[in-house]
Amino acid sequence: MSTIFAHGGQLAHGVLLTMLMTVLGFGCALVAGVVLAVFHISPVPPLHRLAVGYVAVFRNIPLLVWLVLFVFGLPEIGLLYPLFGTVTAAMALYWAAFICEAVRSGIRTVPPGQIEAARALGFGFSQLLRHLVLPQAVRSMVQPLGTVFIALTLNTSLAAAVGVRELTGETQFFTITYDIPIPAFAVTTAIYVLITLAGGLLTGRLERKLAFKR
Amino acid sequence: MPSPRTPVPDSADVLVRLRGVHKSFGDHVVLRDVDLDVRSGEVVVLLGASGSGKSTLCRCVNRLETIDSGEITIEGRALPSEGRELARLRADVGMVFQSFNLFGHRSVLDNITLAPVKVRGVARREAADRARELLTRVGLAHKAQAYPGELSGGQQQRVAIARALAMNPKLILFDEPTSALDPEMINEVLDVMTELAADGMTMLVVTHEMGFARRAADRVVFLDQGRILETGTPGSFFDAPRTDRARDFLSKILSH
Repeated sequence: MSTIFAHGGQLAHGVLLTMLMTVLGFGCALVAGVVLAVFHISPVPPLHRLAVGYVAVFRNIPLLVWLVLFVFGLPEIGLLYPLFGTVTAAMALYWAAFICEAVRSGIRTVPPGQIEAARALGFGFSQLLRHLVLPQAVRSMVQPLGTVFIALTLNTSLAAAVGVRELTGETQFFTITYDIPIPAFAVTTAIYVLITLAGGLLTGRLERKLAFKR
Repeated sequence: MPSPRTPVPDSADVLVRLRGVHKSFGDHVVLRDVDLDVRSGEVVVLLGASGSGKSTLCRCVNRLETIDSGEITIEGRALPSEGRELARLRADVGMVFQSFNLFGHRSVLDNITLAPVKVRGVARREAADRARELLTRVGLAHKAQAYPGELSGGQQQRVAIARALAMNPKLILFDEPTSALDPEMINEVLDVMTELAADGMTMLVVTHEMGFARRAADRVVFLDQGRILETGTPGSFFDAPRTDRARDFLSKILSH
């Protein structure tokens, strides 16, 4: 234990990277996922097909494979970006497919009769989304999105496999350098649990705040 | 009680015109060669057994259902097929549904002001004033801040009527507006509709409420298997139906 605390700064840096990757990755995935969901339900066939294809491709290939392809594949074709950015982008693109589906399932909870009523009042597609569908769908999206958030947080640890010294990367370093696998991973576990618990609490709060009588 | 209606003269402008309208769902033909005119200020009630096509006919007028062939015009203009043009037309045609379909996440007042503000660009304040006026008209001024889930079915339907009226529609389509209501709530909705009819609103109403048809309709249209079998004044239809199908229908409906 004392070895870990002696190198607290190093560990803190790992935590920082993990949190940065989580926040950036989730933020970008959320934006991309909502756009994808809108494409998916849009009446324009090419946009719909694009979203369907995207989800099929990104959701059905393991994240680790994507990370390897992005980190070692992109430079092969002359696209060399900083490691952290490349890994975060790959994660955002991967999780966007899951967020698209969470958003879509939320949209399906909006009663079709209400959508019909809005169309009968002269609402166009984008007005329908903005004023009726998304505000109501968001309530039932909170929990599935919270689940994606937790999965994303825990899966940032895969970045260690392609060389990012985030929390798990640092832990591996301690394990190998000082031969203290159990204490090192115990501390790491506690930190992951803290982050995901905070996410869960936030989700619960959001859900209560968005609740309305019906 | 609202004052009795003055009959709409034959010379009044035709607002909605259907010609040779055909529609089928797969193999099932729901509308066959339907011709129908609704004149400005007229109240037309569509009657018929369930499955006769009356709801579908009603929903075709604002293109919530598309038709396979034939023509529907509103004020002489053919129904636009998609997009902004269609949305603009729908804004002018009110609709009241069987299941109310109020926006669950918005207060009663917001339900009424949302379309005027977002679709028509009316100032929020002005829309709210008008909404309160309409709520008073349907007897729900005290419920402006309530949410749809807190209202009874009859109250929700009256809010839905106010929501339709807020767009100053040229006509209102009523698709079985009382069919989902408990018996004791049917009259509060029918009273509002009768008053609207007396005020000269153009209405196309699908209903099973024969009392309303008799009291408020200028014309009754009887459909059977997607075809218009009879059309006439309520008096002539109810007292002397010409076809066996209509006689049969009326005997089943009026016997209890």
